[in-house]
Amino acid sequence: MIDRRHFIATGGSGLLLGGCDRLNNNTSFRGVLRSAEKLTMNTQRLIAPRDALAREYGEADLSPVFRSNGTAMPGTSEYARHLKENFANWRLAVDGLVARPLSIPLQTLKSIPHRVQITRHDCVEGWSAIGKWHGLQLSRILNAAGLSSGARYIVFHCADRFGDKPYYESIDLIDAFHPQTIIAWGLNGHLLPVPNGAPLRLRVERQLGYKQAKYVQRIEAVDSLAQIYGGKGGYWEDNVDYEWYAGI
Amino acid sequence: MDETAVSIEPVEAEASPPAQQRRFANRHRLPTRLWHWVNALTVFIMLMSGLMIFNAHPHLYWGQYGANFDHPWLSFHGRPIPGWATIPSTYNLAAARRWHLAFAWLLVVPLLLFLLTSLINRHAQRDLKPTRDEMRPSHLWHDIREHARLRFPTGDAALRYNILQKLSYVGVIFALLPLMVLTGLAMSPSMDAAWPWLLTLFGGRQTARSIHFICAMLLLAFILVHLLMVLIAGPINEIGSMITGRFRVPPERPNEPGRP
Repeated sequence: MIDRRHFIATGGSGLLLGGCDRLNNNTSFRGVLRSAEKLTMNTQRLIAPRDALAREYGEADLSPVFRSNGTAMPGTSEYARHLKENFANWRLAVDGLVARPLSIPLQTLKSIPHRVQITRHDCVEGWSAIGKWHGLQLSRILNAAGLSSGARYIVFHCADRFGDKPYYESIDLIDAFHPQTIIAWGLNGHLLPVPNGAPLRLRVERQLGYKQAKYVQRIEAVDSLAQIYGGKGGYWEDNVDYEWYAGI
Repeated sequence: MDETAVSIEPVEAEASPPAQQRRFANRHRLPTRLWHWVNALTVFIMLMSGLMIFNAHPHLYWGQYGANFDHPWLSFHGRPIPGWATIPSTYNLAAARRWHLAFAWLLVVPLLLFLLTSLINRHAQRDLKPTRDEMRPSHLWHDIREHARLRFPTGDAALRYNILQKLSYVGVIFALLPLMVLTGLAMSPSMDAAWPWLLTLFGGRQTARSIHFICAMLLLAFILVHLLMVLIAGPINEIGSMITGRFRVPPERPNEPGRP
C-alpha cells in the first residue's frame, strides 16, 4: 500500500517535473520565458517615473553587519599591489563612446563633493542589507567625459575574476543618469572594505545585488552589449542566465 | 462530535421521480472555468519555482533588512526543499527565477481580469458573498459538522456555494492571491521605487518576503483541501463541470433534515 502510494506520488511528480525539466532545457521554451524579462522591464519603466527614488532609510535602520557576497578578495597580483599601496595609484578609466576619455585618480574622485545615501541592498537570493554609501553620482562622471550620441549602455569592468573570467556589469542610460546611481567609495562612514568592493563599486539602487559591480576599474560607454564578453551584459548574465534587467 | 443526531437510513424511501435522479444544471460560467484551469497550471509552477528560489536563502526575517548575521524567525540548513517539489528539479536559481517571473504574468493578468469580470457580472456579489444568515455561528457550525461527516449539500443546495466554500474562495481570491502579488512586488527594488507605499504597507521588504512565503503555504493548504474535497464529492462530476460547466445535481437525500 505504502509502496504503491509512494510509486504514484513519485511517478506523478516525476512526470510533471520531467516535463518541466525538459521544457527548461528546450531553447525555444526558454526563449518564451526569457521574453518576460523585457515585458517586466518595460512595464516597470512605464509605471515608475524615470527618476523615482529607491527608499532612503535612517541611521537606525542600518544592518548591524553588512554582509558581502561573491568575490571577497580579488586574487590577482595587480589587485594585491593596489591593496598594499592603499589604492594610492588606483584610477578609474572612462572611455568608449565619449568625447573626452578620462583616467581619474581615486584621490581626485574622493575629493569631489559626494552623495551619501542609506539604501537597501537586495540580493537575488532573497536577503537584504541596509548600508550607508558615500560616492560620486555617475551622471557627473559621464557628463565630464561627454557621452557620444550613439552611447546606449554603460559597462563596468571590474578587477575581480570568477575562475578565469573577469567580472563586469552593464546598465542603460536611464539607470546610469538616475540621481541615486553612484560610484561609491565608502560604506557606513569608512572607506569600502575589500569584500564590499574596495576601492570603488557601483550602486544602482533600483536593481538587485549582482548588478552592483565591485572593484570598478573602467567605465565604458557602448552602443551595444553584443560585442562585450558573452554579449549578455554581465558576468552572471553570460554564465548562468540571470536577467540583465534585475529590477525584480 | 455528535454521531447519532441524524438518521441517514432511507426509511421508507419515497420513490423520487426519475427525472430528479439525473438532473443536470449549469454551474461555473466560462470566465470561472477558464481562470480555474489557467490557475491550476500557473499556481503549481509558481509554488514549485518559488520553492526553488526559497532554497537559495532558506531564512525568513521580519523588517526592512535581513541577512545571514541577522535573526531569522524561520531558518533551514542547506537546500531544504527536495527536487521533486521544485522547478527545475536540481538547484538552479536563475532558471527558477525565469519560470517564476514569467508565469507571474499568467497569475497577475488573469487574476485582474477575473476580479474585474466577477465584480461587473456580479458573480462575486451574488455567488461568493456570504449572506448574513450564512454567517450565523449555528449555521457555520452546522456546515462544519456536515463537512466533517463528508455529507455535502445535495439538490439545489449543491448548485450554490456553501458557506465554507464561500469563505475559502473569497479568502483565496480576494486575500491570498492579491497578497501573493503585492508581497511579490514589494520584493522588487524597482517597484519599491515606483510604489513606495508597498514597503509602508508591509513594513519592509523582508516582512513582505515572509508574508509571501506564508501565503504560499496557505495557498498550498487550500489546494490540498480543495483536491481532497473534489475527490470525496465525486471527481468525475466535479472536474467535468469545471471543464464543461454541466453539473449532475446530486439527488436530494430522503429524509433530509431541514437546515437550521
